[in-house]
Amino acid sequence: MPDHQVKVLVAKPGLDGHDVGAKVVVHALIDAGFDVVYTGLRQTPEAIVDTAIKQHADVIGLSVLSGAHLPLCRRVRDLMMEKGLHDKLWLVGGNIPENDRMVLRQLGFRGVFPTGSHTGDIVSFIRENVK
Amino acid sequence: MNDQSKLASKMRPVINESGIEIKPLYTAEDVVASGGVDDSLPGNAPFTRGIHSLMYRHRPFTMRQYTGFANAADTNERFKYLIANGQTGLNVAFDLATQCGYDSDAPEAAGEVGRVGMAIDTLRDFEIAFDGIDLDAITVSLTINGAAASLIAMFLAMAEKRGYDLSKLRGTAQNDILKEFIGRGTWIYPVEPSVKLVADTIEYCAKVTPKYSPVSVCGYHIRESGASPAEEMGYAFAIAKAYTDMALARGLDIDEFAGRLSFNFNIFGNLFEQVAKFRAGRRRWSKIILDEYGARRPESGWMRMIAGGGGFGLTIEQPENNIMRGAYYALAAALGGAQTMALCCYDEAYTIPTPRAQRLSLRTMQMLTEEVGLADTVDPLGGSYYVETLTNQTEQKITEAMQWVDAQGGIVRAVSDGVIQARVSEYAYRRQRALETGELRKVGVNCYEDSDEEKPQVDLHGYDEAGARQQIENVRKVRAARSNEAVARALKALRADAEAGRNVMPALVDAVKVYATVGEMNGALVDVYGRFQEPTQLWRRAG
Repeated sequence: MPDHQVKVLVAKPGLDGHDVGAKVVVHALIDAGFDVVYTGLRQTPEAIVDTAIKQHADVIGLSVLSGAHLPLCRRVRDLMMEKGLHDKLWLVGGNIPENDRMVLRQLGFRGVFPTGSHTGDIVSFIRENVK
Repeated sequence: MNDQSKLASKMRPVINESGIEIKPLYTAEDVVASGGVDDSLPGNAPFTRGIHSLMYRHRPFTMRQYTGFANAADTNERFKYLIANGQTGLNVAFDLATQCGYDSDAPEAAGEVGRVGMAIDTLRDFEIAFDGIDLDAITVSLTINGAAASLIAMFLAMAEKRGYDLSKLRGTAQNDILKEFIGRGTWIYPVEPSVKLVADTIEYCAKVTPKYSPVSVCGYHIRESGASPAEEMGYAFAIAKAYTDMALARGLDIDEFAGRLSFNFNIFGNLFEQVAKFRAGRRRWSKIILDEYGARRPESGWMRMIAGGGGFGLTIEQPENNIMRGAYYALAAALGGAQTMALCCYDEAYTIPTPRAQRLSLRTMQMLTEEVGLADTVDPLGGSYYVETLTNQTEQKITEAMQWVDAQGGIVRAVSDGVIQARVSEYAYRRQRALETGELRKVGVNCYEDSDEEKPQVDLHGYDEAGARQQIENVRKVRAARSNEAVARALKALRADAEAGRNVMPALVDAVKVYATVGEMNGALVDVYGRFQEPTQLWRRAG
């Protein structure tokens, strides 16, 4: 854990309007003592990466429930690599079938939290893995 | 104190989600103490027992599974499959590009074309989607909100082209934008012009398609997003009142449109609480329209509803359990007097449903009317001391939820400021905590979990990349074949009407008929109205 308060960006890429889970995670992270920024819906990959840089986020968490997690995560990943965010902790949550979880981990999303995950597990994962 | 009441006093209190304490036993005294006996008959105001006198004995609820994927041709085939299996209405799912007002070849649509619903770009797609479907026999409900005005225009143009008399055309559009800002999220324009567009559709339909229901006010998604059953209904009524006020401000008479407003409510959770919610909701809404707004036609005070879904109640864990949940939820909807029913399928926690899963949901509803007697008598729980007491108490809770909205300055203000979104998400967080601690019991999730780590077997509906590419080709072909001059003229007229604050429906209908695209029409309106900026600052509270 870094010595400053860990900052987490929770972002909703694409057109998906399901934000219950993202907001629940925001509440849980705030309660756990993190500094949290929530982007709101309908963010382009460019806007998300831009916000992550401006906000000096240590952790970047994406939430996608429409099923478009693979194309969206690929685009956000490419931009994060390009903009030097490779050393940040990347997470993704949402409606993610078993087969896609390994693909997302290979893309660099170290924490993959499918629907049904406990908020406590997300908190612990960040504490254990953030630099 | 006798032994029984001593025992009862030691038991953990049971409080339902709406905040009502449930007693172990109810008697006639409880009904009286909670507000009195409602001896009204079904079909008579305040419609507690049902909006029709004979309800399902005369006509069972319409069965309308939410359906749509890939493109118009694939969806048309699925529609026909469901109709062949006894479905009696259609409930159309659109992809996110369509719902957010983008064409299939827009950069924003990448990866989303045809994914969660059918992709629609032009009237051509609607012609294909409803080909061979008798719009008199099978009524169509369009689940569209942000882009509703243009899609309603498209539906009416399609029906007119096929020779239907618009003055007799039935059908429904969801078109409830205020709830999209609270949950579901397919808004496009800022709050005020968005609500203005809803008023445009109500006004236009009241004149041109008086049998068509232009709005279905949804408590459903607010409940999914984080509200108790009583709040679900209270917030929906606050929204419905906002639309009603706007329509009245256009000079419409309450009786010209109130009877065509409909509702959409959720069915997961405690069965008796849902039934009481529907009974109390009917009574409350009828009082609002008939007493507060002074409507003269009793039908204006009908709370007509689709009750269905139950998505939040379904689980990833032990997915087959969702089949049984669907059956209990359907029972609540039938006991609650729904006009239309749709069930989330058991595989919907994973994916959009397979045909087999959709048929199972349809069969679940058919069993209620055909096998177990739900269509035999009206309001079978009426007169139960418990349900009547709960109905009285729930009505009070609904009123309290409406009063909370009033105290925020009304629903439009509450949505614009984000206070209702914050309240709803705090409820969702509490609900999640209760699920994680086991305080809110969920079979297969926090009790009776699988110990053998057996992986659930669910066939996934895959995403059709080829279908998406085909749709992009389709819209490009339509653009190449149509008169682009006519489209430019129609869009100019649309922009002019929007700028002048006139009703944009006539201009939208004209634009649709010359094959303007969803992206072009909504783009023109964005030029005038701008885009909604979501209030997210409430999420930035100190850690």
